[in-house]
Amino acid sequence: MTGPVRVFVPRDSAARSVGADAVAERIRAVAGREVEVVRTGSRGMLWLEPLVEVATPAGRVGYGPVAPEDVDGLVAAGLLDGRGESLGLVEDLAWMRRQQRVTFARVGVVDPRSAADFEAHGGCAGLRAALAKSPAEVVEEVVESGLRGRGGAGFPTGVKWRTVLGAAADVKFVCCNADEGDSGTFADRMLIEGDPFTLIEGMTIAAYAVGAREGYVYVRSEYPDAVVALEAAIALARERGWLGERVLGSDLAFDLHVRVGAGAYICGEETAMLESLEGKRGMVRAKPPIPALAGLFGRPTVVNNVLSLASVPAILADGAAAYAALGTGRSRGTSVFQLGGNVARGGIVETPFGITLGELVNDLGGGTASGRPVRAMQVGGPLGAYVPVSQFDLPMDYEAFAEAGAMLGHGGVVVFDDTVDMAAMARFAFSFCAKESCGKCTPCRVGSVRGVETIDRIRAGVDREKNLVLLDELCELMTDGSLCAMGGLTPMPVRSAVRYFDEDFEGAS
Amino acid sequence: MTTDVSGLTRVRADRVRGIAVGLRHLRGPLLPILHAVQRDLGYIDAVDVPVIADVLNLSVAEVHGVVTFYHDFRRGPGGRVMVRVCRAEACQAVGAEALAEHATRRLGVGFGGTTADAAVTLEETFCLGNCALGPSVQVDERVHGRVSPARLDALLAEAGR
Repeated sequence: MTGPVRVFVPRDSAARSVGADAVAERIRAVAGREVEVVRTGSRGMLWLEPLVEVATPAGRVGYGPVAPEDVDGLVAAGLLDGRGESLGLVEDLAWMRRQQRVTFARVGVVDPRSAADFEAHGGCAGLRAALAKSPAEVVEEVVESGLRGRGGAGFPTGVKWRTVLGAAADVKFVCCNADEGDSGTFADRMLIEGDPFTLIEGMTIAAYAVGAREGYVYVRSEYPDAVVALEAAIALARERGWLGERVLGSDLAFDLHVRVGAGAYICGEETAMLESLEGKRGMVRAKPPIPALAGLFGRPTVVNNVLSLASVPAILADGAAAYAALGTGRSRGTSVFQLGGNVARGGIVETPFGITLGELVNDLGGGTASGRPVRAMQVGGPLGAYVPVSQFDLPMDYEAFAEAGAMLGHGGVVVFDDTVDMAAMARFAFSFCAKESCGKCTPCRVGSVRGVETIDRIRAGVDREKNLVLLDELCELMTDGSLCAMGGLTPMPVRSAVRYFDEDFEGAS
Repeated sequence: MTTDVSGLTRVRADRVRGIAVGLRHLRGPLLPILHAVQRDLGYIDAVDVPVIADVLNLSVAEVHGVVTFYHDFRRGPGGRVMVRVCRAEACQAVGAEALAEHATRRLGVGFGGTTADAAVTLEETFCLGNCALGPSVQVDERVHGRVSPARLDALLAEAGR
């Protein structure tokens, strides 16, 4: 073996939030020999961050969590040769072996600032395969894969693309919704920070399939590291001819731009996002017309979530059949689940649909971080249901969750222990909706405020029975009468909290 | 001893106009312009609004409406350091509310407030995408995970407070 030792330390903002930069710096300072410190994305084992990996002839050996003050001792004990007290080979860790990484295959492995590394790990294969087909064939490939929108709504991605392809217009757009505002979700951020070229590749394939020349990624302002990573990758992609006038030497012309949000949760709703991209208040539009026909600046527009677009390259590279072979029922392929909140081992779990909630939270997540019993899990973000432990057997697929009165959403699971006050969480759902409502429709704008007041009365023991009925009627009205998912789904966490945790709504006696 | 207020206003207006003219070629240029003005001048003043409206050929009301819609845009000067405490569900599950209370007590301001010495502006935020390592706090652009009250005190001390 010649050349410097390769050491991998994540640059992911979660890893940085617990000291990865200082660890990387210290390794460079005390190595005592030539080392190349590669700043990767995170493997998604966030409880092990900062996770340091060292390349050895047998594979990458992991150490973690490593505090800056641990570095000297680890290096002295032989870290640079993969010796000393390590976690073993990272790929062999039980958490990793349990997963099947398709969308996240390169995250945590490659250097997100290196186009060469991306290509060396199979990057651009999907785009090359797409360019060898006709646009209509690409669309059908995505339809056949069964890929459904990973942003939460679960609409078939290929069907959406087919609509845009069939629309006649002077200009069409591809827009990526990276306004990942749901608490408990961070997969979009980790994909962009850890493997931004895959998103670029997916958007380029979408552009080719529907006939767009221009794309926008709307990234929330709370993700400054993701913005930097994506802008750097776009600049490199232009240099390489992966974006621009003749993509990969073909007749495809496509360029991509980053737009940064400004702290409005509602802009994660696709029509509000389009308004915001146009430079307006993020007010929801009534549908129809659907964005596929009248989207950005009124033109036919593909609006997809980060993970939907980032799943497309693998589908084109390996074929729709390989992707569709994974999963269960009408939920095909893999999904990237995110474990957060009060969980011992939080992070990213990419598996085929169908793994149960209990397997995720208990087997992979290791139960709560506090060591107390799990009491509730909120699945699918702030608009998702609170699920009790009696539903640990629920399989993670769109239809099974819908049947149970819950939703999979963007795949986030937030764990709460037995100290949680579910009436307080239901109140929070309403107050968050009141704060973030765009104000266009009355059920959401006013209903959320009335919801807070009603729960306050219930908690204070004022006319409890009457107010519970009122709460239920209010929830029904918001569900049926709101313009978008914000007002329409806020009742979901509220009603599930009342249904499964009614003892928390007993009120003061 | 008097400050040339109209001169300062003119300097600011020229800066804002320069930023707006520099970015108006973008599709949907208003948000990029507002971000750039805030980055350069710290906040978006009421006097900036007609300047931007003029460059983009929008009404003052349209620009004002956008400035006031988004939480990010400040309409007055903030502190030297921006501290944002995440109060979303995942951080609540690991003690964010106690941390939020500690932050307001320690700084002596509520959320949205700036300390009297203009050192720190305290804000609440709803999700920084660090949901497995909460409670999370953002100091300027930097996210910090597993922030206990003691750790928050240390971060504030580092920030000169």
